Amino acid sequence: MSLLAGQVATIAGRSVQRTFRQPAVMIANVSFPLLLLAVNSNGLRAATHLPGFPTNSFLDFFLPFSFMQGAIFAALVAGTDLGRDIDTGFLNRLALTPMRGAALLFGQLGGGLALAAIQAAVYLTVGLAFGARFGSGPIGIVVFLVLAMTIALAFGSLGLVIALRAGSGEGVQSSFPLLFFLLLISSMNLPRNLISVDWFRIAATLNPVSYMIEGMRSLIIEGWNGTALGLGFLFALLLLAGGLGASALSLRTRMART
Amino acid sequence: MRDRHGIEAERLVREFKNGPRAVDEIDLFVAPGEIFGFLGPNGAGKSTTVHMLTTLLPPTAGTARVAGYDVVREGPKVRAAIGAALQEAALDQFLTGREHLNLQASLHGLSRADKKRRAEELLERVGLTLAADRKVKGYSGGMKRRLDLALALVHQPQILFLDEPTTGLDVQSRSALWVEVGRLAKEEGVTVFLTTQYLEEADVLADRLAIIHRGRIVAEGTPAALKAEIGRPTVEVIPADPAQREAVARTLELFGTPTTGAPGAVAVRVERESDLSDIVRALDAEDLHSAHVQLHAPSLDDVFLAKTGRSLEGAAEEAEQAVTA
Repeated sequence: MSLLAGQVATIAGRSVQRTFRQPAVMIANVSFPLLLLAVNSNGLRAATHLPGFPTNSFLDFFLPFSFMQGAIFAALVAGTDLGRDIDTGFLNRLALTPMRGAALLFGQLGGGLALAAIQAAVYLTVGLAFGARFGSGPIGIVVFLVLAMTIALAFGSLGLVIALRAGSGEGVQSSFPLLFFLLLISSMNLPRNLISVDWFRIAATLNPVSYMIEGMRSLIIEGWNGTALGLGFLFALLLLAGGLGASALSLRTRMART
Repeated sequence: MRDRHGIEAERLVREFKNGPRAVDEIDLFVAPGEIFGFLGPNGAGKSTTVHMLTTLLPPTAGTARVAGYDVVREGPKVRAAIGAALQEAALDQFLTGREHLNLQASLHGLSRADKKRRAEELLERVGLTLAADRKVKGYSGGMKRRLDLALALVHQPQILFLDEPTTGLDVQSRSALWVEVGRLAKEEGVTVFLTTQYLEEADVLADRLAIIHRGRIVAEGTPAALKAEIGRPTVEVIPADPAQREAVARTLELFGTPTTGAPGAVAVRVERESDLSDIVRALDAEDLHSAHVQLHAPSLDDVFLAKTGRSLEGAAEEAEQAVTA
């Protein structure tokens, strides 16, 4: 194992350990999206009667939202942990070791990714148990999970940027409403072409979250839609690259060791 | 055999944006194997100096070499040679003591076998073997500080920075840490740079010390030399009959300069400790009776007072007021 890989594994190991040792946080983070899934897939079922609605199962339509919400929680977990490390001086302790900055960034994503993986397993199991069907078949489920994890990593990197800028766990947690707002103004509840309010439709079209949701949704409802899937991966990877780049720059300021 | 280098700094400066000059052209020399005390009140510039010497903060101006390496150009080499327990015992409350040591050892590149051996060794040395597998959130302040020290020693550094290691600790924990720091220097030849705001700590531990006040070093030397240079002993007399206070004061003034003493006491600063017997004889000759006579040896607070115009305690309060203002 290379030095960098070893350091990433060490930091990620700690991050995962921390996450698993906060069961209250894990339970809340896993159950809240499930609650919303249960409420919305029943309460908004009538939307499937709209002309042009792509499926007659609102559960199939809404299931990707739970994964997106899981990604936001991954951002909060990764960011809050790093923010606390800055706040308590633990980052200084790490900075005094030969640890590379890249190891810190990739490693810190470990905890968020572990949480996202657990959430994904739960949401997928619950979704399938309540009748969700993947038009793309078993291979589609694997691709769906890969996309969901990529999105979780992308949002996790955004959490790192916020942590490095804010310098505290509280700063990261206060960004939750903003991240949740990004979800709300996306195509999470309706396909974009059925949103009748102009500004909302435009906002949803400009919002990269819409394309991530639609990429996952296409694997359930449509089967294999190259455009939707490609855009989903493209925006997730762009956010991941942007997040990692911005966090690397912020880390230089935050960890100004010579 | 390790190369033997200590710490050298020349005209070291650190300025913060829109703030005062936290460290103002200080010169330092710490010999290998020495325990060097860096004494000053809160806000004097102690921690900023430590952050620069440990490569965590680039200096605004000046140079510093630690373990023979330049802190700006050779940061990774400096970090490999030093261990540091910074002001806040920065620990992860969700990890155990042993997990902390494993994490630190892994990042320093120790092999699996070495990690295990070193963790056991250090846990035993700091008296945390029984608590090793408990999460840190259940540790007392003293236990956290001891773990902090163990973490700084994982990679067997030649220079150890301890930033106010005993602040907030009870007397017993403080003494235990002093013993361990002394042992490290004397038995293992580790150079120790210790910041403190406790006069007693500097007096007990440091081979040499520097006093920093408002970012500048105002005195440097061995505790004994500094006290001999500045501080003179004080003789304090409480008259048996308060009506004789004036007469006692007149007699004492023949031997030294009047100074402030305990309530009800008359005090003078004398030239040497042997003046005490002359004072007692003079009081007897005048038929002046005393309820209490005491000789106070010069203290580091006298040194601080002489160099800065205020006591260390007063300077700390002033610094705190400046922060809250």
